[in-house]
Amino acid sequence: MAMDELDLALRNLTYRLFVDLGRAPSADEAAAAAHLAPDAVLSGWRRLADEHAIVMNDTADALLMANPFSAVPTQHRVEVAGRSWFANCAWDAFGICAALDADGVITTSCPCCGDELAVEVRDRRPRDQELLFHCLVPASHWWDNIVFT
Amino acid sequence: MNLFRSEDHITRWLDGRPPGATLTVVEVNELAHAWWGDRLAPGWRPHTRDENQAILDGLGLTGPFWQLA
Repeated sequence: MAMDELDLALRNLTYRLFVDLGRAPSADEAAAAAHLAPDAVLSGWRRLADEHAIVMNDTADALLMANPFSAVPTQHRVEVAGRSWFANCAWDAFGICAALDADGVITTSCPCCGDELAVEVRDRRPRDQELLFHCLVPASHWWDNIVFT
Repeated sequence: MNLFRSEDHITRWLDGRPPGATLTVVEVNELAHAWWGDRLAPGWRPHTRDENQAILDGLGLTGPFWQLA
């Protein structure tokens, strides 16, 4: 089912709040900003999740992801102009810089050795170009379990 | 989807599991711009599967691993 204009507006508001707050908005916060009841926000978020526009938590009462942003702390952190957000994965970390169209610093860790890895993105390019990215799950299965992916 | 220090670190982390796909950090950054660059645009619309597939194809990410369906 196609996303309707009201859900699209809620989606855009949710993303704006995510950027402004530096974290996921609660349903109450989104409701206040959208002049909606919290239940209406949750219903809208669930429809958006059905369309893979966002991801809800296991109990479908809060955001888990507004990709590339993560609502929960992860090993992938992005700092831009003194502000920071968590990303869902390394791809998403670069995606936050891309979505904000801003220089930034991505901090993550190597899953093999645990060493911290930091990559500066400047003028849309990573400064340290030696690191590698690995995607374990084939594209056709990304949404089978988006948290694992 | 993680960053690794080197190919050796990927191999050790896989620990015998079948590998997925490895990109350079330059490539994943290009993919991020193509995939996420419009995510905060006021006129954002959901990408169709074909549009997303075209992004992958356009960056040379072809072959069975990168097929969305």
